[in-house]
Amino acid sequence: MALHNILTESGEWLSGDGPHSNIVISSRVRLARNLRNFAFPGWAKKADRIAVLECVKPQVESLPEMADAYSAYSQDLSALEKQVLVERHLVSREHAAKGVGSAVVMNRKQTLSIMINEEDHLRIQGIRSGLQLRNVFKLVDKVDTALGEKLDFAFHQQYGFLTACPTNVGTGMRASAMMHLPGLVLSEQINQVIQAVSKVGLAVRGLYGEGTEALGNLFQISNQITLGEKEDEILTRLNKVIEQILQHEVNSRASLLEKKAVLLLDNIGRAFGILRHAHSMASKEALNLLSCLKLGVDLGFFPEDGRLLVDQLFMETQPAHLQKSSQQKLQAEERDTLRADIVRAKLAKFPKPDGKKAIERGREERKEKDEKDSGAAA
Amino acid sequence: MNCDVCKQKTATVFLTQIVDGKMQKVNLCESCSKEKGVTDPKGFALADLLLGLGASEEMERGSTGQKCPMCGFSQADFKKTGRFGCSNCYEIFAEGLEAMLKGMHKGTTHTGKVPQRLLKARQHAEELKRLQRELRKAVDDEKYETAAELRDRIKHLEPGAAGV
Repeated sequence: MALHNILTESGEWLSGDGPHSNIVISSRVRLARNLRNFAFPGWAKKADRIAVLECVKPQVESLPEMADAYSAYSQDLSALEKQVLVERHLVSREHAAKGVGSAVVMNRKQTLSIMINEEDHLRIQGIRSGLQLRNVFKLVDKVDTALGEKLDFAFHQQYGFLTACPTNVGTGMRASAMMHLPGLVLSEQINQVIQAVSKVGLAVRGLYGEGTEALGNLFQISNQITLGEKEDEILTRLNKVIEQILQHEVNSRASLLEKKAVLLLDNIGRAFGILRHAHSMASKEALNLLSCLKLGVDLGFFPEDGRLLVDQLFMETQPAHLQKSSQQKLQAEERDTLRADIVRAKLAKFPKPDGKKAIERGREERKEKDEKDSGAAA
Repeated sequence: MNCDVCKQKTATVFLTQIVDGKMQKVNLCESCSKEKGVTDPKGFALADLLLGLGASEEMERGSTGQKCPMCGFSQADFKKTGRFGCSNCYEIFAEGLEAMLKGMHKGTTHTGKVPQRLLKARQHAEELKRLQRELRKAVDDEKYETAAELRDRIKHLEPGAAGV
């Protein structure tokens, strides 16, 4: 199947129908695997990389999960196509920089993508909407087991699965959740959360992984440790922390509604105003403003049927997606103009924010809760 | 002295942190230190920032000057890239590796998934051992008929065991 066919359909994880998907955008799990007796891709000579690729790719393509797959050699993809895949989290930034000797295979639903010769010979990645790390793990685990029967994976009695970087050795598993946390950012609690999370051996990163900024109030929470803990233990621990952050976010939103309603109204109102009327907008600005709009939908300032539109804009305003839809490569300034045009057009019929009801509802809920609590105490 | 992160600009921020009784030093240029949030001491974890640095020092203390016979990778290459050359390197550079892994992970022994192939091979080997034990017992007990049966079963298993 051609890439443009796959990319005209948005991936499953963008549908926003997974558990807790208002706050947990997506769950992702990747497994790093290597073949015995071949140098890792970063060290291998071109001929060896190609040998590994030609050995691995047919096995990956013959997986039942890849029955309706898209498969491409890295050199056959344009820079723009690769960037679109990065924006959809189907390939890593590192993989997008590869040429001859690498490839990517992904299923039509865009829930499973296998990078060949990234940092490791195989990176098996699953991604789904909402908080469902265990389901995603089941998928990649099944694929890994099937591939392990055909391919001779490098496995050490003591160290487990061997990887190019010793930070991945053992399970080779990195599980992560992408969380939208505007409540914690607005209430200035996010740094405390980040510190607490890093203390328990988990990492918090920005939108595109290691060393990237937290744009649009989007944060990735992932495990750091891959050795000395079972896959199941890692997932349990990560899940627990994510659920806690989720609860903190929910609480901070309730508290903002109650105590800092003006701050919310102001942020969401300004975002709405700029998005509706701007004529030039960089992607960073768009992400941050759309984040406020998304929060507005979550809080009921906007009707629920606006949700999908806002979620789609998050992706459509990313640089590569923007250029893909305009079918040409654009200069930064042209992109900013086009981005603003698209946002204005899409939001033309979007109703004004109405926070009154939400704020009143929030107060009532709080009152009821307080009465209940004092009743219980008495 | 150059920055440990970008390796280009001159380092102006010098950091020393003691983690689990071990001293780690990092030199950073101004822009990298800002990017990594070093200016906010609370939010900054040295180990998280540069696992490669302390790690490569550990490695250096291990086998120096050695090269992996399979892929030609050396100690110096690890220091440069923070990555190994091939799976065999984990054996060649085993010295120093333990200490490095200890600093990064929860332990140094994998407790998770084992590939199906190895699992089968392990079961196979265990079965073989069990049969051999029974054979010895049968011979000791002078149950030669049982012994002959066991010997045949072992024979049947053995070539496969060698091939796995």
